[in-house]
Amino acid sequence: MAEYILETKGLGISFGGLKAAQDVDIKIRKRQIYGLIGPNGAGKTTIFNLLTCVYKPTAGTFYLDGEEMKGLTPDKINRKGIARTFQNIRLFNNMTVIRNVMVGLQHRPEFKCSVIESLLRLPRHFKVEKAMRAKAKELLRIFDLEQDRNDLACNLPYGKQRKLEIARALATDPKLLLLDEPAAGMNPHETEDLAHTIRKIRDGFDLTILLIEHDMGFVSDLCDEITVLNFGTVLAQGDTKTALQDPEVIKAYIGG
Amino acid sequence: MTTAINGLSLGGIYAMIALGYTMVYGIAKMLNFAHGDVIMIGGYMIYVTMATGNPLLAIAVAVLSCVILGVTIEKVAYKPLRGASPLAVLITAIGISYLLQSLAQIIFGSAAKMVTVYELGSIQFLGATVQLSALVTLGVTVVVMAALTLFVKFTRVGRAMIAVSEDRGAAQLMGINVNGIITLTFAIGSALAALAGLFYLLKAPNVSSTMGAMPGIKAFTAAVIGGIGSIPGAMLGGILLGIVESVSYKFAAIAPYTDAIEFSILIIILLVRPNGFLGKKRREKV
Repeated sequence: MAEYILETKGLGISFGGLKAAQDVDIKIRKRQIYGLIGPNGAGKTTIFNLLTCVYKPTAGTFYLDGEEMKGLTPDKINRKGIARTFQNIRLFNNMTVIRNVMVGLQHRPEFKCSVIESLLRLPRHFKVEKAMRAKAKELLRIFDLEQDRNDLACNLPYGKQRKLEIARALATDPKLLLLDEPAAGMNPHETEDLAHTIRKIRDGFDLTILLIEHDMGFVSDLCDEITVLNFGTVLAQGDTKTALQDPEVIKAYIGG
Repeated sequence: MTTAINGLSLGGIYAMIALGYTMVYGIAKMLNFAHGDVIMIGGYMIYVTMATGNPLLAIAVAVLSCVILGVTIEKVAYKPLRGASPLAVLITAIGISYLLQSLAQIIFGSAAKMVTVYELGSIQFLGATVQLSALVTLGVTVVVMAALTLFVKFTRVGRAMIAVSEDRGAAQLMGINVNGIITLTFAIGSALAALAGLFYLLKAPNVSSTMGAMPGIKAFTAAVIGGIGSIPGAMLGGILLGIVESVSYKFAAIAPYTDAIEFSILIIILLVRPNGFLGKKRREKV
């Protein structure tokens, strides 16, 4: 077992001449809730896209639990144990809530079932489907979505869609969960509720969480360490309280 | 009555091709204009294998070679363009279409070849003469449509297919092998094309390098009328177009304008229902 669950080394990407991210070194220990903050356009989502191999880095590399992940495809990355949510919600809109979660579940080794077994409706197919359904319900219960399970995802209210995204990501059994602005558009009460749920899943699933968020209260409440990005580079890093009081960080946020 | 049955069997052929179009469009989000020419290749494979005198072998060879062809086309021509503009993919598909037609012409010559797979004959039904081939075509198409619907709705692979069709990127990040799903879609579409080629030969027993072109376009029209991306829609559109075509051929006055009539129907339907009969409404996000 490596010391860090996630370690990036000099990670960077440029689009043409624009360096969207460069020299990003982040080290996250197991079971940490780690924050990634920065002004708009600082490159936070770019980092998520690099970590899920949606983008190929033009510099540097990263390791999950000591294993180099660079160069894999996003589906392989997911199976290695990185799952994510999206800033602009990307659910499977015309599928029901429970089927959204089941798509995430079906690649887990314990829910393996061959095409033949599934096509011929052999007993194993029904057994696995039943087990998946039960597991999906269990996940939905955590997010208080169980009673909405047969609704189409697009008909859920916004807050519930955000929660469903987390449930779907969790379904793939990740070691590291990336949350892209999970509290966006939520009211203070919902935000508090979400913070509670995030802690609960961290403990319940033995997870490490890396999250992007603009709500500073939420970040200082949840995260013990953060990295502050600006113009694609690391501005400050470390203990949340200290990093947030860094003069450079304050300058980047409110302008100097 | 005979006209109706003829229309249904022609519709069955169109529906079979349209199913291929609609599967590929629904999941890979691209219009595979080379689809009609895969039918033609299927036809030639039947022609070549019929030299052994074994129709079942011929059908098997045709289906298998079309699947290999379809998957190869996808890997070589379309996969490198994933993420490119839809126009680039479209023009590539048209290029592949001409490539296949020219290859067939080089190998088999430009003259049509006769091939009889089965002599099915006809039966008398309610005073009308019904070609057995028409019944077979229609029957198989209905079974295939039902099987596809069940496959997509009730299997895990089907679930993954819908997820890919909904949001390819998000599906991939849920661990779905998107390239594998798209390859499978092309394999299914091409197998259907081979069957369509067979039914075509049951109806009109000769193969030529352009035999797939017109049915391909008609079937594409059928898929759009029914609502592209929808499996029952493809069936509906195909049958509708087949009936219109047979009826139109029945009347000497309008027979020469049959194609024009069919495409006019497409235009009218697109004006009234831009998503086709059973197409999904595109939700506008604000």
